[in-house]
Amino acid sequence: MSRVPLPYTQKVLDLFRNPKNLGKLDDANVISVAGNPACGDMITFYMKINEQDVIEKISFESYGCAANIATASIVTELIKGLHVENAWKDVTWKKVTEEVGGLPSVKFHCGILAVGAVKRAIRKYYEQKGAVPDWLPKDFTFEEKQALEEEELAQKLSKRLKAAEEK
Amino acid sequence: MVENVKALLKAHENLPREVYLDNENSTVVPKEVTDAMLPYYSKKAYGNPTLTHKPGWEAFEVIMESAQKISKFMGAKILEEITFTPGATEANNLALMGAAFANKHKGTKIVISEIEPINVLHVTDLLKKFGFTTTKVPVDTEGFLDLEKLKEAVDEETVLASVSMANNEIGTIQPIKEAVDIVKDKNPEILFHTDASDAYGRIPVNVQDLKVDLATVSSYKILGPRGMGALYVKEGVNVDKILEGQVGTQKLWPGVENTPLIVGFTKASELVFQDFEANVAHMRKMRDKLVDGILGELSDVKFNGAKGDKRVPDNANISIMRCEGEALTIELSLKGVYVSSGSACSRRLLQPSHVLVAIGRRFSEAHGSILMKTTRYHTEEDITYVLEVLPSAVNRIRGIVGSTGVD
Repeated sequence: MSRVPLPYTQKVLDLFRNPKNLGKLDDANVISVAGNPACGDMITFYMKINEQDVIEKISFESYGCAANIATASIVTELIKGLHVENAWKDVTWKKVTEEVGGLPSVKFHCGILAVGAVKRAIRKYYEQKGAVPDWLPKDFTFEEKQALEEEELAQKLSKRLKAAEEK
Repeated sequence: MVENVKALLKAHENLPREVYLDNENSTVVPKEVTDAMLPYYSKKAYGNPTLTHKPGWEAFEVIMESAQKISKFMGAKILEEITFTPGATEANNLALMGAAFANKHKGTKIVISEIEPINVLHVTDLLKKFGFTTTKVPVDTEGFLDLEKLKEAVDEETVLASVSMANNEIGTIQPIKEAVDIVKDKNPEILFHTDASDAYGRIPVNVQDLKVDLATVSSYKILGPRGMGALYVKEGVNVDKILEGQVGTQKLWPGVENTPLIVGFTKASELVFQDFEANVAHMRKMRDKLVDGILGELSDVKFNGAKGDKRVPDNANISIMRCEGEALTIELSLKGVYVSSGSACSRRLLQPSHVLVAIGRRFSEAHGSILMKTTRYHTEEDITYVLEVLPSAVNRIRGIVGSTGVD
């Protein structure tokens, strides 16, 4: 309930002004969403992953702040052209945060959400394919857990709001 | 981090025009006001008003004259009813804590509206630690207090009620007089406080007509200097001071009086009231042009709060669907238009404006809200410029959103 100063970096501002790989992807074979509009923080990734498990195309849409837009944009640049295994292993929220030149601590969750959405997409891809590789951990990663936690919080808030309305 | 801000500022070079509409959160202080303040730093009245020398007596004189003027503007009976505080936050803290502590023997229940500003809400949270409880009375979809629920909420255990005269986010003007009557009919011992920060200088505020016991006003909200406000405490009402220190002319607020800021606040009040009708008419004209322009130009927008005479003349609050608020404030800033948003995006708690939620707006509607306040200094050209740049700013953010988060 309190405000904090948000001195975004030049990189965040640049990506906010000129986001890369923005918009829907018509030939996407995996679409993943993380976050919730109730939190004011939501990302969709569209990916085209080819038969060799390489992320051939990726794009995003973001309902969120400048940090949300910038981290989603940088994620698309980081993993485009990568094998999904490398994408899974190389891209962490810390790396994303570094790539945008750092984020105010209250905005860390934006990078976490972006990476959570990517990991979700990769799981979904293998589920669709019906073949889960050995390297893919069964347990949720930190970013996936955080994304879930944020979504659960949003649902709780929405429920509380509905209950209050009915009263 | 400062380096980051330097880069952000560099991105704002060569703006064709700048229009500041974030008068909720801070304001431009006009030259007449700073000119009035300056001599009090080094030319005169720089002494402590409680001390026995010329600069002290000069300070005493101007502080008393200022209190006299502010008491008149607020409709108070005597100047001793005015306490200058370092802002409305401090005045609200003093009002709630001071009145609660001094009157705890009468009861420990506090009644407020659901849409009180943070500096009331959080004080009532703090008072829980001291054995007080708070009941929040709901508002309707335009932000009007439910008077029936208010009546139910106050009782023999109630020590204090606090309802803002005009809401700081959505501008809704509450029926304070009726609310005071309802509260006092039920229990005349209950003290009634109103935060009049967003009413003062916009609609007539007369504490005697309203029959309130305590009332807060803010300097910057009428284009005075920041760091100054005042609390009206009706003669005979018991309020404890909440800070300890050297007490001077301000019985309820210790420390050395800030004479230049008191002078600036008083000057700002004079500027508002010397041409009150014209000032208000101008604010309203600019605000209406802004609101009509936005509602006419943009699809999927919702006007938040009361309409017509039941809304203060400077406040515009609009929810823009499929458009995240913080992103929009940055996009507009890069074009020289400065507004604030009810978005939660800067908060890890992820909760948007409690006021918009209380009037039944969905979270997504609150996240996409922008708050703007006009002043007597805005011109037609300013508003025209805002209306020129807003649609393209909204469209760009909506382009990033796409269909994500559309519910």
